[in-house]
Order: sequence, then C-alpha cells, then structure tokens
Amino acid sequence: MTETIVITSGKGGVGKTTTSASLATGLAQRGHKTAVIDFDVGLRNLDLIMGCERRVVYDFVNVIQGEASLKQALIRDKRHDNLYVLAASQTRDKDALTQDGVGRVLDELAADGFEYVICDSPAGIEKGAHLAMYFADRAVVVVNPEVSSVRDSDRILGLLSSKTRRAEKGEGPGPQHLLLTRYNPVRVEAGEMMSVGDVEEILGIPVLGVIPESENVLAASNSGVPVIHDAGSIAGQAYADAVARLVGEDVSMRFLDAPKKGFFKRMFGT
Amino acid sequence: MSLLDFLRPRPKNTANIARERLRIIVAQERATRDGPDYLPLLRNELLEVIRKYVHVGADAVQVNVERNSDGEVLELSVALPEAGKATGTGG
Repeated sequence: MTETIVITSGKGGVGKTTTSASLATGLAQRGHKTAVIDFDVGLRNLDLIMGCERRVVYDFVNVIQGEASLKQALIRDKRHDNLYVLAASQTRDKDALTQDGVGRVLDELAADGFEYVICDSPAGIEKGAHLAMYFADRAVVVVNPEVSSVRDSDRILGLLSSKTRRAEKGEGPGPQHLLLTRYNPVRVEAGEMMSVGDVEEILGIPVLGVIPESENVLAASNSGVPVIHDAGSIAGQAYADAVARLVGEDVSMRFLDAPKKGFFKRMFGT
Repeated sequence: MSLLDFLRPRPKNTANIARERLRIIVAQERATRDGPDYLPLLRNELLEVIRKYVHVGADAVQVNVERNSDGEVLELSVALPEAGKATGTGG
C-alpha cells in the first residue's frame, strides 16, 4: 500500500521543500521505502536541499514524456538506500506536467513497492501545485504564524477539499495536517507572533508539528543535508517528532515554550 | 518582565490583532469559497445599496451559499445598527 502525501502551502518561502526533504528522510530512517518528488517545474530546488544536485541526469518531465525510465530518473539518497529523489525539470515549461503522466509515475512507484511518496508542491495555485495535490491521500499544509501564510493556507485547504481526485470521487479530502515552521516561542510569549493554538483555531485542522525557528535550518540547506539529520538541533528533533506523528505515534509537542530566564535576566532584561 | 521594561513603551499585542483580522477574512472567504465567482462583487454592491439608506459597517452584509439536495441556496444577512446608535466603521 502506497501513501501519497502532498506538502503544500500556497505561499512561497514558508519551508515546503525543507519540510519535504526532512519528512521523506525521516520516513526512510524508519525503514520505509520512500520517494520524494519535486513538482516545481522550472524552479528545481529539492535536489539542492537533498544534496544530490550534481547527480541529476533525468528528471520528472523526462519520465512523463518517455525520454527516460523511472528507474533511470530516481536518484538514490547517499545516506539511505530506501530513499529516492525525483528532480523537477529545470528547463521545460509548466505544461510539460500532465495529469495522466503524473498518475502513471505514481502508479509505477506503487508497483515498485514504495510505501510513501512525498510530493513537494510549488508555491501558488497554478498547474504544478494542482498536480502535486491531485493524487494525494493526505496533505501537510506548511504554514508560518504570519497573516499572509495563514490566509493562503486556508485557500489551499479549500482546493484540497474540491480539486483532488479524492474530492472528485466524493471521498472527501483525506487527512490534512498543519505544520508550523519558523515558530518563535519568545515572540509568541511577547504577543508579537500568533501561537500554535491561534493558527490551529483559525484553520481548523490538527497540527502535525511545530518547527522552531533555528539557525540549523539554513546550515542544513547550505550543506545539502536535510535538517532532520541534525539530531542535536531542535529543528531536527521537531521534524523527527512530526514524522513519528505522521506514522501514527502519539508524541507530545516540544519546543513551544520560551526558555525560562534566570534571576539576573528577569531583573535587567537582555 | 524586567525592571528596565517599565521604562520602555509597551509594544501592542499585534498577535491578537492578526488573529482577529484572520478570523474575519477567513470566515468571509470560506462562506463564498464554493460559490460562484461573482459573490464578493454581489456582496459589495449590496453593501453600497444598503448604505444609501442606513449607515452600516463594512462587514454588515454576509453572503453564504449552502448546498442541499434541492440545489443551492444563497443566504444573505444584513446586520442593521441598533436604533439611536451610530455605527462607524465605514470603508
């Protein structure tokens, strides 16, 4: 049984690719055969975040158009031999992706015994984003605790409940999860940032994880190693928790509170 | 709170402002999400007409599309100000 999960958000720059890379890596770490697909035709980036940019020979569009086999195009991860990356085409136009073609690739992945397929959606609500969500069994909506990101997420939730294959078949939208990124508990406590509870209440879907703002995320993308590998960082640990919840484990939320200040800091601030 | 904080002006709780603004706009967009594209325009034109006669706020008119087995129902609700009270949020 293959589960197809779309990582989407509407708004750009909120951490979809970072999240796709870490969730896919986390699932593979747990022994699941996993593929992660970049749907952002023309703006390929998942390969960089996964650290395999120099090994891309064939891409998603090559497979859809029959110029390469899926086997040729799947890039095996350096660290986990049950994790594969399918890169987006950097040169073609967006129309190169077709619904039939995407469906065929997903069927072939299922036939190959993949347990999870992570679809990294492009920003926006155009064709690439539509195709990334169309076949999904579940959705992870990545959101920053910030007004435009929250509003765009609600728009995406509307599309998930009407423009997917599940919705067309009348099966309902399937499980939807929120994943908050760039969360800053100190600013939340100061009333400068909406809390997890605020965002959850406005959007009305359950929270899969909260990734605290962390300098390790940039360090990870700089080096092409998904941040979940950085087990010493709170962002890496928060992603590992999210993966555990994704496979059904009951793990309590961490890193939601600001670190307690000592006596001196409380008296004189920082 | 530190001693020095008393000397600084307190910043506003902007997170609450964000939450309240989002509540309103998200509810409004959800109500018209599955309906025809003209709903927001219809809402604005209705608001203009009503304002010729009564002073109401910008969110006084709510439109909602409900689906049931017989078809679609367009539901309109207009909140009128209480008698003698001026409502002021124009725009």
